[in-house]
Amino acid sequence: MNATWSRFNITSIVLGFAFLYLPIVLLIVFSFNESKLVTVWGGFSTKWYVSLFHNQGLMDAAWVTARVGVISATVATVLGTLAALTLTRYTRFRGRVLFSGMVFAPLVMPEVITGLSLLLLFVAVGLDRGFFTVTLAHITLTMCFVAVVVQSRLISFDRSLEEAAMDLGATPVKTFFQITLPVIMPAIVSGWMLAFTLSLDDLVIASFTSGPGATTLPMKIYSQVRLGVTPEINAACTILIAVVAIGVIIASLANKRREVQRQLDERAAQRG
Amino acid sequence: MSNATAAAATSPSADAAQSPLARLGAAFVGRLVIIIPYLWLLFFFLIPFIIVFKISLSQTAIAMPPYTPVLDFNGGISGFLDQLKQLSIDNYTWLTEDALYFNAYVTSVIIAAISTLLTLLVGYPIAYGMSRAPATIRPTLLMLVILPFWTSFLIRVYAWIGILKPEGLLNQLLLATGVISQPLIILNTYTAIFIGIVYSYLPFMVLPLYSSLEKMDYSLIEAAKDLGCPPTSAFWKITFPLSLPGVIAGCLLVFIPAVGEFVIPDLLGGSQTLMIGKTLWNEFFANRDWPVSSAVAVILLLLLIVPIMLFQQAQARAQEQGK
Repeated sequence: MNATWSRFNITSIVLGFAFLYLPIVLLIVFSFNESKLVTVWGGFSTKWYVSLFHNQGLMDAAWVTARVGVISATVATVLGTLAALTLTRYTRFRGRVLFSGMVFAPLVMPEVITGLSLLLLFVAVGLDRGFFTVTLAHITLTMCFVAVVVQSRLISFDRSLEEAAMDLGATPVKTFFQITLPVIMPAIVSGWMLAFTLSLDDLVIASFTSGPGATTLPMKIYSQVRLGVTPEINAACTILIAVVAIGVIIASLANKRREVQRQLDERAAQRG
Repeated sequence: MSNATAAAATSPSADAAQSPLARLGAAFVGRLVIIIPYLWLLFFFLIPFIIVFKISLSQTAIAMPPYTPVLDFNGGISGFLDQLKQLSIDNYTWLTEDALYFNAYVTSVIIAAISTLLTLLVGYPIAYGMSRAPATIRPTLLMLVILPFWTSFLIRVYAWIGILKPEGLLNQLLLATGVISQPLIILNTYTAIFIGIVYSYLPFMVLPLYSSLEKMDYSLIEAAKDLGCPPTSAFWKITFPLSLPGVIAGCLLVFIPAVGEFVIPDLLGGSQTLMIGKTLWNEFFANRDWPVSSAVAVILLLLLIVPIMLFQQAQARAQEQGK
């Protein structure tokens, strides 16, 4: 393989990753800029982080966003896992085509359509727009992403493990919690994280479905960005990136440890 | 699997699964697994579209909700039928009469198509390079492609404003190195929108491409080379056709959301650019015209229905192959 990894391939990867990462790196660097002019370097300073924490509006929005994210990701993970089980395990039931359509369509549906249609639903059933409606909207969007992530793990799942457990007398429910759930757990965890970051990130759907008192962080950032780029927003963005990056790194380390443990278990089982 | 043995050891008796009550319970739980997500998606995904369609046939009114008629069943069947008679296709005729909307649809489709092609051109070499990388570093490379996807979309678009604006970092660099003598105007042009879409959607293109290229059997290329086939025609005759499922999936994943994109044209494209997602947003938030924005959404959905169905078929096929 090494011989075929030519200079062309290496160049395209290096350029590609530079393109992907340079804007983010620049954003982080300039959040530590002393000067108020975002694109002129005036020395190192953390003053924008200090002023960020004194910006009550942004802090309130961050708190709303965190709560919406945790609640919606948790519910979406449960619903998405159920949807993934339905897609992989129940291959024949009435309306299956419609069901898989409803799972896959939100993945590519333009956000303005999803946002508008959910808002009109909430108005039609008389729900007041606010924290609750944003959460419902985010559950609906993110459960489909969870379903796809969990489904890809379920497809490669070795069903003979389940059959063995059932042959030995475990009920289907017990089999699910003792066998299936632990095996697909990494996918469920990454599904939760994906749902959480999608919720953290969403501007369009939140703008449609949110009401007074439930301004999310992206909505706040957006309204400030429209007024111009400020180092304070750079600082807020840097913190968001740091939170997500730390989460992803912890999750992948945990995953690796679990993988190593699994291999040790298997080796022990073979020996014993 | 230590859990498997544990479960087997603690299971009470072998005939538990066979008892009729347990089987009935299992069937009930199985139903619930289907019914809960099914009902959720019906209520929060499908029914809203029916409401959008109905409101697109209504008239604007100064009230809350700002449209008429508001359907209710208080007047019995005849009252309901009267309300239905008030529905009309006026909003749709309005959309066809005003060139603004037609232009916005056409521009959106063209911008999305060009950006999709550009994303493919940028993404293909990256995915190809990754698939030929030593197996030990491939997971790391994959992680590096996915990681930007986890960082905020809004932030990534916003980062480009500081780079592209007239006194921004790109112009500073080009002026300092003497490549240009006048700052380039990129922000608030279509070029900025192309850059924004390619940048934001690149992982969506690279991932499906990579997964189809990685599965490819490279001995085919070696065989072609041994038989005297030049590398370029080996690529077009073998590699590219074999990666076609990835190309199609990647292009659909970029094209469909890009047509209705709002954030990128709004932040990078400036006020002159005409894209349908932005038009819908303005109709709703600035003009507060719910019926017209619903009609815009219905037509956008009709425009995308074929690509969305292609996408679903591609997904279903991938799922079948995975089994």
